[in-house]
Amino acid sequence: MSRTKNARRTRGSILFHAFALAVLVVILYPAVWMLMSSFKPSSEIIGEVSLLPANGGFQNYAKALEGIGGISFWTFVLNSLVLAAGSVVGILLSCSLAAYAFARVAFRGRNLFFVCMIATMLLPFHVVIIPQYIVFNNLGMINTYWPLLLGKFLATDAFFVFLMIQFIRGLPRELDEAAVIDGAGHPRIFFSIILPLMKPALVTSAIFAFIWSWNDFFGPLLYLKEPGMYTMPLALRLYVDQTSTSDYGAQMAMAILALLPVLLFFFAFQRQLVGGVATQGLKG
Amino acid sequence: MTATRQRARDRSTRAGYAFLSPWLIGFLGLTAGPMIASLYLSFTDYNLFTAPEFIGIENYQRLLTDSNFHQAAKVTALYVVFGTPIKLAAALGVAMLLHNSRRGQGFYRSAYYLPSLIGGSVSIAIVWKAMFIDEGIVAQIGAVFGGPDASAGGWVGDPGRTLPMLILLTVWQFGAPMVIFLAGLKQVPTEMYEAAEVDGAGPVRRFWNITIPLLSPVLFFNLLLETIHAFQIFNSAFIISNGSGGPAQSTLFYTLYLYFRGFRDFQMGYASAMAWVLVIVVGLISLLLFRSSKSWVHYSGDDR
Repeated sequence: MSRTKNARRTRGSILFHAFALAVLVVILYPAVWMLMSSFKPSSEIIGEVSLLPANGGFQNYAKALEGIGGISFWTFVLNSLVLAAGSVVGILLSCSLAAYAFARVAFRGRNLFFVCMIATMLLPFHVVIIPQYIVFNNLGMINTYWPLLLGKFLATDAFFVFLMIQFIRGLPRELDEAAVIDGAGHPRIFFSIILPLMKPALVTSAIFAFIWSWNDFFGPLLYLKEPGMYTMPLALRLYVDQTSTSDYGAQMAMAILALLPVLLFFFAFQRQLVGGVATQGLKG
Repeated sequence: MTATRQRARDRSTRAGYAFLSPWLIGFLGLTAGPMIASLYLSFTDYNLFTAPEFIGIENYQRLLTDSNFHQAAKVTALYVVFGTPIKLAAALGVAMLLHNSRRGQGFYRSAYYLPSLIGGSVSIAIVWKAMFIDEGIVAQIGAVFGGPDASAGGWVGDPGRTLPMLILLTVWQFGAPMVIFLAGLKQVPTEMYEAAEVDGAGPVRRFWNITIPLLSPVLFFNLLLETIHAFQIFNSAFIISNGSGGPAQSTLFYTLYLYFRGFRDFQMGYASAMAWVLVIVVGLISLLLFRSSKSWVHYSGDDR
């Protein structure tokens, strides 16, 4: 009895892994193909199903690292880093403050604002970009990083506010109540009790904020006009436009380099990333 | 006594607005204000250099006869209607599969999630283009499975196949909704399945009568968010078509056309009208989903 059951379980397990691995191959094929292509001469890339490079080497990377039109490759990396770091700081500061207000402070109008905040998650952002662009244009802020960073410091990304609210709601209320008895006001409760306990939510938010800022294409496309100000995705697009279309090898190398920080974050923090996505769907 | 309570409440209100102030400024200055401004602009003719001129509903009337706009609406609607259900079905299917096995679940979950993280990037759009181009590997693999000969052309240049290509790109990113489904499945009590099995319910009945109802809040959440996101596809279409919406306008998505009108032709009024039509359409669809959810979404604690 138990032997047939065991045999059935083993067979089920083998079937499961066979299927899961098949899905994995299909899923990861484009990523692996991209990586392998970046080591191949361009003539070997298109139409080459085989993954292993026959005449592999780093020549594509050497070419990609040369930069674009006299602007160093590292300028683009630095620009992207500055923006990503600014986004992380802005989002952590502004969203944690807002989340605390929504989760722990009782005040008139809270429910109304909460509904507004959730509604902004569903709002197509195209309805605000035209007036925003006009205002930033009149303020002479085109081709600066202000339009890309301002919203981050003003908690416009409701995803992060919501994520932090969910986390704070999970913290025991007794902590606040004990602090109130000790005479602490909201600022003290926030800075010395809630904020330190929020670390996991802050880490998850920081990772997402960094990756989304790094990958952002539309914002920089609108506001950055001078190649010296370009972020990596813009530089990548410029590179594809400028190189002859057949030079796929260098394009792949550049594409890999543009994704590298995201991939590093993924490998280091996959647990937090997946956990952050999972909590998003659980209604509080 | 009531005076002190009143004072405590005042203090609390002050603290609440102090903590909320960054968000409040952002909401009023970067969301609500611009929304009203773009509503006004949608009734004007404005090119960024001369003052806006009020023209009534002319922009909206023009939308009715603009064949490019119709094309953009059609392409986007097809993308939403086909892409979203396929993506969610893939996400749910794989989530069910992973949920039943404990070993290796964490590894597969992370690996399947990776495309969601990088799928919207310029890098992946470039890779997608290189894979689907004339004589590219997809055309070659397709030819092996009885598709047209690879030398006959790839997907990128064929107006009939660019939309399927972009739908494949979004389905490839099924990992994020899958992770949310998995979190939901974890909350379904196993006793229910055991009880149903004892009562003789097969796997299909268990799926329809236990999994789907108990998962319906998560299903609703995924459906709502993925639908709204699908309307806003931009990066991949922009990169793959070289910023043209081609070939033959087959990748002229709504947001792409809005971008052309607003930021290439500087027809800010017309683009604002387009943006508001999008908001109204997305709002109506959300409303419809919320309305319908009353009949098919069951929150735990409901008596039904």
